[in-house]
Amino acid sequence: MASVGDGGGEGLSEAPTQRDRDALERSAERADSKRGLLVALPAYAYLALFFAIPFAIVFVYSFATRSRTGRTVLEDWNFDSYARLGDPIVREIALRSLTLAVITTVICLLASYPFAYYIATRRPAIRNLLLVLVMIPFWSNFLVRTYAWRVLLGNSGPISQISQFFGGEEVRVLFTNTAVLIGLVYGYLPFMVLPLYAALERMDWNLVEAARDLYASGWTAFRRITLPLSMPGVVAGSILVFIPSLGAYVTPALLGGARTTLLGDYIVGQFLSARNWPYGSALSVTVMVVMLIAAIAYFRAGAKTA
Amino acid sequence: MTDTAVSLQGVSKRFGEVVAVAGIDLDVADGEFFSLLGPSGCGKTTTLRMIAGFEFPTAGSIRIHGAEVGLEPPNRRPVNTVFQSYALFPHMTVAENVGFGLQMKRVASNDIGDRVTRALDMVQLGHRSEAKPSQLSGGQQQRVALARALVNEPEVLLLDEPLGALDLKLRQAMQVELKELQERVGITFIYVTHDQEEALTMSDRIGVMSAGKLLQVGEPENIYEHPTSRFVADFIGEINLLPATVIDSGTVALLGGHQVGASTGAEPGTEVTVAIRPERFELYDLDEAIPDGSNRIEGTVARRTYYGDVFYYDVDTPAGRIEAKEENRPGVEHYEHGERVIVVWHQSAMAVVKD
Repeated sequence: MASVGDGGGEGLSEAPTQRDRDALERSAERADSKRGLLVALPAYAYLALFFAIPFAIVFVYSFATRSRTGRTVLEDWNFDSYARLGDPIVREIALRSLTLAVITTVICLLASYPFAYYIATRRPAIRNLLLVLVMIPFWSNFLVRTYAWRVLLGNSGPISQISQFFGGEEVRVLFTNTAVLIGLVYGYLPFMVLPLYAALERMDWNLVEAARDLYASGWTAFRRITLPLSMPGVVAGSILVFIPSLGAYVTPALLGGARTTLLGDYIVGQFLSARNWPYGSALSVTVMVVMLIAAIAYFRAGAKTA
Repeated sequence: MTDTAVSLQGVSKRFGEVVAVAGIDLDVADGEFFSLLGPSGCGKTTTLRMIAGFEFPTAGSIRIHGAEVGLEPPNRRPVNTVFQSYALFPHMTVAENVGFGLQMKRVASNDIGDRVTRALDMVQLGHRSEAKPSQLSGGQQQRVALARALVNEPEVLLLDEPLGALDLKLRQAMQVELKELQERVGITFIYVTHDQEEALTMSDRIGVMSAGKLLQVGEPENIYEHPTSRFVADFIGEINLLPATVIDSGTVALLGGHQVGASTGAEPGTEVTVAIRPERFELYDLDEAIPDGSNRIEGTVARRTYYGDVFYYDVDTPAGRIEAKEENRPGVEHYEHGERVIVVWHQSAMAVVKD
């Protein structure tokens, strides 16, 4: 979380000789941080109410016990739910989700980079038009768009029909991991394009010319200059795609099959059908912690290369 | 006779409907410090970019030491550029920046180390080799940009207003340094600037550009003393431009019919402009004796401005308002507002140009 409040943090370390100047600076800083807090207050309140408190409840529930009837008993605190995380079924589901999220991220990255590069190097008017086109899908509901994929990918859907028209076979992708992958890539592509565009749009193209002037070929200039300098966009986009892909629920539920349970499905199942809230909570907490660690590590690595 | 380093023949560049460079012919000699001077939008930077390879000419030929390079990409040209914005790679250290070109040319890595060290020492930045560009001052970044280009020992160094982002003091210091550096390394410099003082103080020769055309090429003194067009006269330094009509090959008539001696090859009756530098005028009392062979016109002092080392006089004459500059030293008489004076100048101090 960004600490919006500590804007004037550098004044103190300068150690001015006069004591009253010191005090003056301190009180100015206090006033500054007070003002900053006031501005950030709505955001803090929102996060507390809709993130911190619910997460705390989930965290507490993960140590609770499930009664025989499926009620959650808030006593006899234990680690039983966490012990179950070692089950082969959990490992299988986690690995499948992870693989799918990684593949989704890589495909999004490979597809988005050239496109973001193309947008960033157009004239401003065309640039804005293309950006609007990227965002148009957001104008309609995600659920509706995912249902549309069910029609498109169905055994008698248009893709299958076109394939058959040209003498091919019936296309059977719906309710497979491939369909989930298509849905995820489709859904999260804009989250990759936009940060990449933002990074490339800030590029100083003089640097690329300088590299070319210093005997670098076009490809080398890209590899040594453009790519490293756009790393912040790559990192931000990857995280924005990877995290929701890992926890995706709607897309796998609508496009995936029964034998391809993913983490999101599995957790929802614990809460709704298995009525095992402590186990569901333990799964959620674990996924969150793992993602947090992964995100921090990735940001660090990205910051180093950039 | 020295060899030609860069030769442009009929080089033009169009961007859609806009003609940025309209047919330039230019030879720059080996080891020369050549400046392209002109206002912004005159095509000087486009010309430089065509020599560097960032733009390809729409027409014409560009040769570097005889080899046609007009359509070669920048990485295949034996030239290096110092950019106005320096364009240092922000994610590399100073040493990595300077070594980049050598690395691309696949020079052996210990050679790279030695040459980078020498190049950084040359610009007195040996101690900052591990710094990132953002940790350097503007002047230091400028030196790194120079070292990064010169370390490759290019046949021609192209400089695009490299001092533009520096403050005045630093700029003046760098002017001297750049010139000395150029004499030491002996590399041909092509220097683009809109600053006439920079061009005059550093260059062996100057090419003045306007609206995509090269108007005049010559040594600084030649450009300053003998402009061949109204634009060049006006653009370089301060100058009085007086409308005149040619009477015969040795005489022109200023406004008000006042005839003065001037050497002109133009047909009698041609409308011309007479260009005279303010410092070439001398002011005399009405009853003072005037040196023989000088041109003269009477006028009234409209304003006197004190600059410390010089006085500027605005003198109203029948030929128009004349600005004269006189040094502030003992023995030079000062005139007051409203005084009648004779403005005197030698015929050789006068350039007659057509518009």
